Amino acid sequence: MLYARLITMRLFKAVIVLFMIVIFNFCLIQLAPGDPAAILAGEAGATDEEFLRQLRERFGLDQPVYVQLWRYISGIATLDFGYSYRQQVPVLDLIMARMPATLLLTGTAFVLSLALGIVAGAMAAARVKKPSGSLIMALALVFYATPLFWVALMAVVLFSVTLGWLPAYGMYTVGAGHTGLALALDVGKHLVLPATTLALFFMAIYTRMTRASMLEASQQDYVKTARAKGLAPRVIQRRHILRNALLPIITLAGLQAGQMVGGAILTETVFAWPGIGRLMYEALQQRDYNLLLGIFFFSAALVIVFNIITDLVYRLADPRIKEGS
Amino acid sequence: MSFFARFAQNRGALVGLIILLAIILMAILAPLVFPESPWRMVQRPFLSPMEVDGFWLGTDTMGRNVAAGLMHGAWVSLLIGLVSTVVALAIGVPLGAIAGYYGGLVDDALMRFTEFFQTIPNFALAIVLVAIMQPSVTSIVLAIAIVSWPPVARLVRAEFMSLRHREYVEAARLVGQSNTTIILKQILPNTLSPIIVLASLMVATAILLESALSFLGLGDPNVMSWGYMIGAARTVIRQAWWLSFFPGVAILLTVLALNLVGEGLDDALNPKLARERS
Amino acid sequence: MTSTTDDPVLSIRGLTIALPKGADRDFAVEDVSYDVARGEIMCVVGESGSGKSMAANAIMGLLPKGVRAVAGEVMFDGQDLLTLTEKQHRKLRGLRIGMIFQEPMTALNPLMRVGAQISEVFEAHGQFTPRERQEKALALLEEVGIPQPEKAIRAYPFQLSGGQRQRVMIAMALALAPEVLIADEPTTALDVTTQAQILELIRDLQQRRGMSVMFITHDFGVVAEIANRVCVMRHGRIVELGEAEHVLKHPQDPYTRALIEAIPSDVIPEARGAETDTPLLEVAHLDKVFRSRGGLFKPSREVRALDDVSFVLLKGETVGIVGESGSGKSTLGRCVVRLERPDHGTLSLSGIDFSALKGETLRRQRHRVQMIFQDPYASLNPRTRVGMAIAQGPIANDVPREKALAQADELLELVGLGGTADRFPHEFSGGQRQRIGIARALALNPELIVADEAVSALDVSIQAQILELLEDLKQKLSLALLFITHDLRVAAQICDRIIVMQHGRIVEQGPARDVFLTPREAYTRELLEAIPGREHELAEA
Repeated sequence: MLYARLITMRLFKAVIVLFMIVIFNFCLIQLAPGDPAAILAGEAGATDEEFLRQLRERFGLDQPVYVQLWRYISGIATLDFGYSYRQQVPVLDLIMARMPATLLLTGTAFVLSLALGIVAGAMAAARVKKPSGSLIMALALVFYATPLFWVALMAVVLFSVTLGWLPAYGMYTVGAGHTGLALALDVGKHLVLPATTLALFFMAIYTRMTRASMLEASQQDYVKTARAKGLAPRVIQRRHILRNALLPIITLAGLQAGQMVGGAILTETVFAWPGIGRLMYEALQQRDYNLLLGIFFFSAALVIVFNIITDLVYRLADPRIKEGS
Repeated sequence: MSFFARFAQNRGALVGLIILLAIILMAILAPLVFPESPWRMVQRPFLSPMEVDGFWLGTDTMGRNVAAGLMHGAWVSLLIGLVSTVVALAIGVPLGAIAGYYGGLVDDALMRFTEFFQTIPNFALAIVLVAIMQPSVTSIVLAIAIVSWPPVARLVRAEFMSLRHREYVEAARLVGQSNTTIILKQILPNTLSPIIVLASLMVATAILLESALSFLGLGDPNVMSWGYMIGAARTVIRQAWWLSFFPGVAILLTVLALNLVGEGLDDALNPKLARERS
Repeated sequence: MTSTTDDPVLSIRGLTIALPKGADRDFAVEDVSYDVARGEIMCVVGESGSGKSMAANAIMGLLPKGVRAVAGEVMFDGQDLLTLTEKQHRKLRGLRIGMIFQEPMTALNPLMRVGAQISEVFEAHGQFTPRERQEKALALLEEVGIPQPEKAIRAYPFQLSGGQRQRVMIAMALALAPEVLIADEPTTALDVTTQAQILELIRDLQQRRGMSVMFITHDFGVVAEIANRVCVMRHGRIVELGEAEHVLKHPQDPYTRALIEAIPSDVIPEARGAETDTPLLEVAHLDKVFRSRGGLFKPSREVRALDDVSFVLLKGETVGIVGESGSGKSTLGRCVVRLERPDHGTLSLSGIDFSALKGETLRRQRHRVQMIFQDPYASLNPRTRVGMAIAQGPIANDVPREKALAQADELLELVGLGGTADRFPHEFSGGQRQRIGIARALALNPELIVADEAVSALDVSIQAQILELLEDLKQKLSLALLFITHDLRVAAQICDRIIVMQHGRIVEQGPARDVFLTPREAYTRELLEAIPGREHELAEA
């Protein structure tokens, strides 16, 4: 019951945010220098007068602005994101074809970074002032400061070019015709480098946050109570400190969702991973703005879905919200 | 203990400061050491490092001097990092202060607005903005500022919310100080330390963002930047790894240095916290 | 001085505990020796910074980081606790020595159910099966008098009141029937009626189980209530040690005497009454409801903080508003100074309705009512020199800067801090900061000053000084004062009239003497009876 209400509320909010993004996109097209029709058409259409004429008619570009806005919004409300004139395919089809790859990549990276980050952070918190603890933090700081695309390139140089351990490009071996388990293994092999590079940066964030949060939690009165009970340090760390320290991590993980999508654009570009990030890069290269805006809309939608999930997880973890209201 | 003494107690911060000063020096000296445009072709392409005298880091695919590009790139990175942070502060601080001080509906409205910008994936927004405004230093600075002000607003709002009910602020209201005076003289000075610390970290993030944009080909076409150098060399990574390697190290060092300095500032400005943390 | 007893459970000898470098003194406690006898309640009394909790932390092996015992011994069951390893110490904690703390709100893990937190004690010492642990936890909750223990055992801490949480803490500390219970200011954070209940519970359990209690407190009233013996500490040393009765009646050390005398007694000064009968402040039918704003799908909640409150304050009079937390007394004060806006009713100050003013008009009138705040550490801007802090009011009211600063100097002189105008707040002690706060309130020559718990954050001896200062200023400047406090005895000392509040309503009002000595309402009597140490003092009077 409570969850139903919560989800309804969050979906309502999500619709508002998406609506605002649609308006935002519309404003961008209007404000951009040059002919909006040319922007919608991308470079391909710019040379073709026939395309531009069709476009003007379709979006009512010769009509007053509010009519244009109405057509734009009602188009998107019916899941019509327009046409990629460059690729000769509807934008929606392009995006949907690429979505699973992105979900696989970001999902893997998310789980990997969160799990490793929390473990590393907890270890660092338990080893304050010891060399091993400082080493973890130093590594986290370096990964935090390293440009993602550069790590990706260097990983290609090291693991594919020099060592030849892992494939550097794509999602599966082209022409191998794998099916079933063999396909899964092949995709898994291709996934290792992109997922790891994408995870590194976020792992660094979670490591730092977990450590700080645990050190703060260990100052709390209830930890002193736990010690006065005669509990073993290990139990106190796990049951009293870590559990309380994880709450802010969940919130942070939700906030990082947007960054994760941004990171996917770079990782997919370097590894030629066929997701929406790579699609965005292609759209950029081809000045296919309609496709670009469509991807932008969907990446925001992805983040919103993710935020709703973390919100629900937070509510599961913190009894004060669940039973307090 | 003096401010600098507290700062210097954090060994990493000191190292960070030295690296940062070296990079600033690089940026300043660039036009003196390499007076010619870094875009100019000066030697045959694909020279590896130290292969020819005077080209310590080799040349790129078009025969441009990599060392010259690195030094000129320092200038762009620092400039864009700094200016976009200032712009982000100029948006975030007033918004956060007003939301936190007045609360109620004003706060609600401003925070929904902030949340909206926080929900949109940062980097995707920056890409769309720069792509449509056309790449230039101005559009890049604006795009970075637009995606990075929300954390400032949230921080300032949180500080203002906790301070506005502090007894000395209520006392100031009671003696008849105006809201503007209270915001500027009673509360804002007490929020400066966390803002300064956040700002130093924001410069680092801005530099990362700028390099990622130029990597994707969204850099200002008239300005040599580290991200562009990596992006341009990406296709030849198998033949000439160093073309991507050195600019990446430059970005890494700059961002690392700024983060270290930020931590040092945090220690120096919040001495009590630093003691608890170590 | 009797430092030994026949049958000590705990025996502290020559204990010296060193503070980390850079602290305000070298040793937290120095050469301290005392015993805790079998079956007695030993009170360790001292003001903040006296080192009274340090020995307890050393006994438990819970000294803060950087603090360590450097000399002496703590004998318990034939072994010196200071020489134990962490592992050996852990076996003792909870099993043979239990401990409870000051802040019940934060001392329990917010994410664990109460039952699980109690069961943990058994688990820590490997006793019973999980099922038995739950049964034992239930029995313990019953023993410490929690209502509906079957429900409470499944509750999370945030669902319990402060007093109930302290009972849970006690249940945990007593789970394995330890020989010694250490209680570190366990009632300080509680309301006076809840405090009385918890004190009774501790005394009751101590007698029933025959255990020893080491009770740490700053309050001699609490000592009078439960102590068999008492140890008075100051600056890390023992100044007096002996039978509680003896120390309370015939304190030898001047410091102990000062502490005991500083407790406002039942001897109430003869009411001076107001000099005139001109009303200064007329409060009529004041209502204030706090609403937590609900969201789209969230219902809003209401708390009625003030409910039809009416009273009159005469020129030159001091009126005390007394009540427990949640009684609405602070809201009343904040409405009077217009930090809050009442929903209904009038606040007429010399005939002008103060409750109706807003914006610039209100700002221009604010100088007429000023406030002295509770927390001396939060009431001064850390970045403003104190002279400026005092002068800011007049400056905001268009007094020239130079003149305002000169006045600030005079005011600092008046409150006993002459020549300190260019210092920053952190250079002053709590009591001194409170003096600065008083000077700031006086700077605008207000008609009325509201003092909101102005002395409750201070040590007893400092409290007495501040009350004296206020009394003195009242005479000199013929001030009208609205004195808000949770402490009836403090109110009785300084107020001409007292208003008792509960649940946002006025329960009783009348001359201080009458309310204190012949209360009419049951709730006032309850409040008075709950004051710790009252019987002791009545016997003396």
